[in-house]
Amino acid sequence: MQTTVDSDACLSPPYRTMEPAQMSNPGVAAKLSVQELSAWHGEKQVLVRVSLDLPEHEISAVIGPSGCGKSTLIRCLNRMHELVPGATHRGSIQLDGEDIYASGVDPVLIRRRVGMVFQKPNPFPTMSIRDNVLAGLRLTGMRPGDLDAVVESALQQAALWSEVKDRLREPGTSLSGGQQQRLCIARALAVEPEVLLLDEPCSALDPIATTRIEDLLGTLRERYTIVIVTHNMQQAARVSQQTAFLLQGELVEFTETDALFTKPKDKRTEDYVTGKFG
Amino acid sequence: MNRLRPPATRPPSRTLEHGFRWLCLLAALLPVAVLGVLLFDVVRTGIGRIDVQFLTSFPSRRPEHAGIIAGAVGSLWLVGLTAAIAVPIGVGAAIYLEEYARRGRLATLIEVNVSNLAGVPSIIYGLLGLELFVRALSLGRSLLAGALTLALLVLPIIILSTREALRTVPRGLREAGLALGATRWQVVRQVVLPLAIPGILTGSILAISRAIGEAAPLVVLGALSYVDFLPDGPMAPFSALPIQIFNWTSRPQAGFAVNAAAGIIVLMATLLVLNAAAIITRNRMQKRLGR
Repeated sequence: MQTTVDSDACLSPPYRTMEPAQMSNPGVAAKLSVQELSAWHGEKQVLVRVSLDLPEHEISAVIGPSGCGKSTLIRCLNRMHELVPGATHRGSIQLDGEDIYASGVDPVLIRRRVGMVFQKPNPFPTMSIRDNVLAGLRLTGMRPGDLDAVVESALQQAALWSEVKDRLREPGTSLSGGQQQRLCIARALAVEPEVLLLDEPCSALDPIATTRIEDLLGTLRERYTIVIVTHNMQQAARVSQQTAFLLQGELVEFTETDALFTKPKDKRTEDYVTGKFG
Repeated sequence: MNRLRPPATRPPSRTLEHGFRWLCLLAALLPVAVLGVLLFDVVRTGIGRIDVQFLTSFPSRRPEHAGIIAGAVGSLWLVGLTAAIAVPIGVGAAIYLEEYARRGRLATLIEVNVSNLAGVPSIIYGLLGLELFVRALSLGRSLLAGALTLALLVLPIIILSTREALRTVPRGLREAGLALGATRWQVVRQVVLPLAIPGILTGSILAISRAIGEAAPLVVLGALSYVDFLPDGPMAPFSALPIQIFNWTSRPQAGFAVNAAAGIIVLMATLLVLNAAAIITRNRMQKRLGR
């Protein structure tokens, strides 16, 4: 399915959703490849034959109006979608070329490779800051030798270390909202995933906390492949290399972020990014 | 469509509004008043009888020599055994229903049954215990048979309250755990249970205090009312506090009526302490969850 095209060709024809061509960014290896993915909540279809390739070590943003299926899309990427009662899907998703939905694949192992940060900061209320960072290791029974090093490294990566290094024994819930969200990022990073999914990670945060997290994503990109869902188009424009625009469960357009915002090929994308609806 | 318009409403009547409010207040006060009168009567009759002799003596033909030690120790044994049997099973069942069961026929069947069991009169449990534990399983009229019967009785209460406690743990925390690559059991044990434990304790304590007060199933089961020894193990025959009180109230001598009142005070005090403990743990939990 994957066609190699040069970057000019990539900008040419408008992608039509009823003819789901593999929308891919040339030149970079796809870390996650989504093929013909449809998803349902009970009877309601929330994703319609979505196909896209998410390149390694880049940040891909997913934008679209509320209820367009963007959260469902990334929840399919680490098999969290199936935890909701009545949720079903069809199609396949490949992580490094392996189908994560193949029979015999343990979703628990997929989730260790594909971490997730949620909309609302959700540190474990019974645990200290330190224990929250180590929660993933403790929960899964992993016993790395140097716990202090794990804690420091994860908090450094999440740009939280300098703020909390003297209060690691305090409860995670004692931090501010923005700090809690960075703690959740540190918690996700401590299990050393390959992909980090972020589901509207800044929607509950103030502008300063949002800026800190956006800056952080830029540095995390070197080590991880990142997918971020956001309802904030400016945020997508600021942090991502490519952006997918979803509308009513269909992938309207997926291309380089600059191109999507300045030269959208689909009328619906243009209307959305220029604020005519949504 | 004009036909469907509701008839013009009259302005609300103030007298009716006030009248209804007083009626509701009366309804709310009635049970408190009844309990108050009962308590007052019992305390007035029995409080003078409570002394070391009463608390440490075995039953006797003479009311002034009789005491509650056999019943009290029997009740302690019963409560301990009942808790040891009912709490693990009840909590396990609740965890299955709340954390694992997919919405389906099996889950619905179990749920309906649990709710129905909660409404079965306690004497029916006594009959079941007599047939099943005392006779079929040949446990005799022992503490163990009594505790198993009471465990059945309080199991629905423990299951329902544990499910409530599990439901208060936010879904986002379970998802956070699962997204870290933990299995369901790892999440339940290390994230959900630590938060739900106070609620589970509250429910269990309330269930156990229900078991302490039950006399009917134990009477059916054949608990003794005249015991001059303390039970030496779970297979021993036994008496229990409510049985002792029941026995005293059916005696003609006035002295035994006083003994019964004193026994009721001891039982009520125990229940009050247990309920207070339940309320305190619940408040602690609410603080911990920051609500």
